[in-house]
Amino acid sequence: MSAMLTIDGRKVSVPEGTTIWEAARQAGIEIPVLCHDPRLRPVGVCRMCVVDVGERVLAASCVRAAADGMTVQTRSEKVERCRKTLTELLLSDYPADSAREKTTGDDLLLALGRSFGVRPEYLTIPRGDGRARDVSSPVIAVDHAACILCDRCIRACDEIQHNDVIGRTGKGYTARIAFDLDSPMGKSTCVACGECASVCPTGALTHKPLTAPIRPRAELKNVDSVCPYCGVGCAVTLHVDPAKNAVVLVDGRPSPGNESRLCVKGRYGFDYALHPQRLTVPLIRRAEFYPKGPLSGDVKGDGRRRKPGGLVDYNEVLPAFSEASWDEALDLVAKRLSEIKKADGPGALAGFGSAKCSNEEAYVFQKLVRAVFGTNNVDHCTRLCHASSVAALLETIGSGAVTNVFGDVKNAEVALIAGSSTTDNHPVAATFIKDAAQHGTTLIVVDQRETGIARHAHHFLRINPGTDVALYNAWMHVLISEGLVNREYIAKHTEGFEALRETVKRYPPERAAEICGVPADKIREAASVFGRAKAAIIFWGMGISQHTHGTDNARCLISLALLTGNVGRPGTGLHPLRGQNNVQGASDAGLIPMVFPDYQSVEDAGIRKRFEAAWGVRLDPKRGLTVVEIMTGALEKRIRGMYMMGENPFLSDPNINKVRKALAALDFLCVQDIFLTETAEFADVILPATSFFEKTGTYTNTDRRVQIGWKAVEPPGQARLDWEVVSEIARRMGYPMEYVTAEEIFNEFTALAPSYQGLTYQNLQPHGKLWPCPDPERSDGVQLLFGDGFPTPSGRGKFVPCEYRPAAEVPDSDYPFVLNTGRLLEHWHTGVMTRRSRPLSTIQPEAFCEMNPDDLAAAGIPAGAYVSVSSRRGSITLRAHASRRIAPGTVFIPFHFREAAANVLTNDQLDPVGKIPEFKFCAVRIDPATA
Amino acid sequence: MSALGAVSVQFTREQLAEVRRLQALYPDKRAALLPVLHLAQEAFGHISLEAEEYAAGLFDLSPAHVHEVVTFYSLFFREPRGRHVISVCHNLTCHLLGAQRVLTHLKKRLGVDVGGTTPDGGVTLLSVECLCACEMAPMMQVNDRYEGNLTPEKVDRILAELR
Ligand code: SF4
Ligand code: SF4
Ligand code: FES
Repeated sequence: MSAMLTIDGRKVSVPEGTTIWEAARQAGIEIPVLCHDPRLRPVGVCRMCVVDVGERVLAASCVRAAADGMTVQTRSEKVERCRKTLTELLLSDYPADSAREKTTGDDLLLALGRSFGVRPEYLTIPRGDGRARDVSSPVIAVDHAACILCDRCIRACDEIQHNDVIGRTGKGYTARIAFDLDSPMGKSTCVACGECASVCPTGALTHKPLTAPIRPRAELKNVDSVCPYCGVGCAVTLHVDPAKNAVVLVDGRPSPGNESRLCVKGRYGFDYALHPQRLTVPLIRRAEFYPKGPLSGDVKGDGRRRKPGGLVDYNEVLPAFSEASWDEALDLVAKRLSEIKKADGPGALAGFGSAKCSNEEAYVFQKLVRAVFGTNNVDHCTRLCHASSVAALLETIGSGAVTNVFGDVKNAEVALIAGSSTTDNHPVAATFIKDAAQHGTTLIVVDQRETGIARHAHHFLRINPGTDVALYNAWMHVLISEGLVNREYIAKHTEGFEALRETVKRYPPERAAEICGVPADKIREAASVFGRAKAAIIFWGMGISQHTHGTDNARCLISLALLTGNVGRPGTGLHPLRGQNNVQGASDAGLIPMVFPDYQSVEDAGIRKRFEAAWGVRLDPKRGLTVVEIMTGALEKRIRGMYMMGENPFLSDPNINKVRKALAALDFLCVQDIFLTETAEFADVILPATSFFEKTGTYTNTDRRVQIGWKAVEPPGQARLDWEVVSEIARRMGYPMEYVTAEEIFNEFTALAPSYQGLTYQNLQPHGKLWPCPDPERSDGVQLLFGDGFPTPSGRGKFVPCEYRPAAEVPDSDYPFVLNTGRLLEHWHTGVMTRRSRPLSTIQPEAFCEMNPDDLAAAGIPAGAYVSVSSRRGSITLRAHASRRIAPGTVFIPFHFREAAANVLTNDQLDPVGKIPEFKFCAVRIDPATA
Repeated sequence: MSALGAVSVQFTREQLAEVRRLQALYPDKRAALLPVLHLAQEAFGHISLEAEEYAAGLFDLSPAHVHEVVTFYSLFFREPRGRHVISVCHNLTCHLLGAQRVLTHLKKRLGVDVGGTTPDGGVTLLSVECLCACEMAPMMQVNDRYEGNLTPEKVDRILAELR
């Protein structure tokens, strides 16, 4: 049904239920608003949008539905007079110095005041009712006096981000917004996503300047880009002050992925690029500092307790290096790598690229290693996050890609979140999951910790660490025995069902209950909720993948989806949430030792021939070594020379004490980065690279969305583009590599990668495209994959049954606790960027471990005290936080902090298939720290 | 989400049963928030921030939401109150008929300001909006009883009875 109405004499037809405001907008008539924002549920509290519909009183157009035959006046004298009076009243106690007008210059109330010609001298009522300012948040300034109680922030926090932090307190003239129980914002449960400040129409909630003063939006340059942090890949607009060569403000962009939402890192974590510790000149290790070894106390691991907030002390490290010209440095790199290649063969060289770099950089880097070094020893941190998931996906359904986008959770009847602290690690994806959970999707969360997303779950299963296989086998047992499987789908699209059935037969819920520590009836209930759903989607994170049985964990989740036919339809799918902003793209571009770009096997002669033709050289037919294998190779002197672009294995790899020896054992190490990382202390040559904001490139997010990040600012000093540096090294090693733009590299890459075919810098604007994208001119790309079979030889998805195996190192009387490692919302991996971001490091300044208060009490350790946590591999000292979110017998440590690096403790045992280390499980002991 | 950490207030088993009964009366259990807050006030004497957070937990509401409700209604006490509560109406009718004089007298006699509680914990003095008893203005509410046509002498008598 539609309604036909007349607005200001114009005929407009809109679907029934459309508001007058929306109808007017569609007709190109703008009605002023204060409390309304189209992204929010209309509440109609301010009355700025009133219009005359010929009734006794004016109607608020933002909430009033358009009716058939209605005649609306939006600009009559009566209407204008009302709006003007309202504006005058609101301005009568409005502070003279609106923080919004002084920064972004878009104070909506003041703009209305100007448009209605409210004279400033009219506003003579003494201002200031004692409603205070609150500057406790490092990123948002609160001025209660400028608040007009429009409720926008409350709705943004509740309805967009689902953080439920803001409410009102009091009534009448004392009414104010309040955070939680009226705490200062910085002390409340606010997660500093900035959504409230971005919707506030006045000076009440504003973004604090972080780099240079924020000038009016119109005076700043707008650059379309994406967030440099996680795999959600939020689209952003960077507001750049060209005079200061600085990004000063970041807004979310209305792209299909994030719909303008951002988290604290994306919105406020951009200042790291201007940190004074940026590398700006090439550095060469001085002769006196050989033989090589760590330079700073933290990296030496001398055991002294560090002050919190530890960044590397440049005075400890820089004296070991002398500044060099680019020519000197590049010549040295090329010469030493060539010498090693000649003496010990190509297999003695290896390269680590990075999932932080663009597709173009990743492509060029793997090309250098393969075509110039002559080896497939090229890998990156995906090995440490989803290698097992990808291995399982390739084996079972023939593709490592997610089969559906995270936003489609809204169409799911049930969503299973397995081993993912989504609110910390994929915060904006989590907002869509929370949305869905509030609008009819049943949320099942399985985790060993009661994570932020578990708070929103309808069914939360807290399982014993590392027991996922037993749990999902039991689910499948229940599904099969209760007939909740999709027989038709199994028959048509899968193979290996019989074997699976035999295996899961041995996992009745009662047995799983014993292993997993979840009551059998809860297992049954969750399984049948999942099984009954018409559409169910599965998300998983590192809690699944980072185990020595990580591949098995993922295989079970895949079997679960195949068994119930939950692939390839709206609201269904398999979605391993990708960690890094470009981990999908870096893998697509071939930073993987077994495959060329687009997962084409290096061992397949036909494929190899194609790449040999394209690159004009003979290529190594053997798969290369993976991250941890390369480190072991270094230790055993099989790997002698390495080139690392943007990776920091010293902190990110398991068992740091071993990594330290391995890095020191290398004959030659070149590190290319934007800061002096822990790894760089072992380097012979350090090359200064460009930060995210200083270059153009494409990035592929967890949804397979390929997006462009455009260059926003100039690099500092002599820092150079990563792909330029890589090409220089190639040239100096005798291989011609002449690129002029990133776009040129992208085109070379897409020509070799069928999944990216058709994508160009032109059609990727403005919102990017999902790969594959057979019709880039007309479509956004393919959202749902594998609705009709799989890219496997048989075209079917394969069930791979798995038996439950315990973790490699289980607790015993010497090491009685299970250690679990992971990330915090505010920090990124080894902290190289985020610990140099003032707001992020202010919110999370120091290392800590989380323990159950009962365990702390039993050990006689007060919460907040320093403890020493030790495993068979090493020991670190850090503060103990008490939290009931974590189960007795377990310890959680975020791995970002160099001064108390969790990876000193972790076990470098690998999953036999995915070669991923067991970051999520090792045995530790806790002792009070000796002063 | 815990805004305050440790919770020091707790309903008894019977009170919790009452909470569940009240919640079950409505299609959306949050409709029972007001009666449950009254129950909390009875049980704990006043509604502290801890009590607000506790209530939020019972309703799966955000602490901010409960705080909104508690601070909106003037019959919820956010500070410990005396054994007796005197609320003097200061609205138009009472005001015209001498509410100020009554209030000044009470302040002097009790030795506390509006919002204060006598040091012995006996009486809390409040000044409130209309209590819908204009016919007996100036008036006040003493615990759950209305007292009207007040004069300083009548106030003295009432106070004497309270002690
Ligand atoms: S910054 Fe985000 S979490 Fe904090 S109050 Fe605003 S909307 Fe809520
Ligand atoms: S959710 Fe991820 S991509 Fe989005 S703003 Fe946060 S860190 Fe960046
Ligand atoms: S904009 Fe419609 S009432 Fe505020």
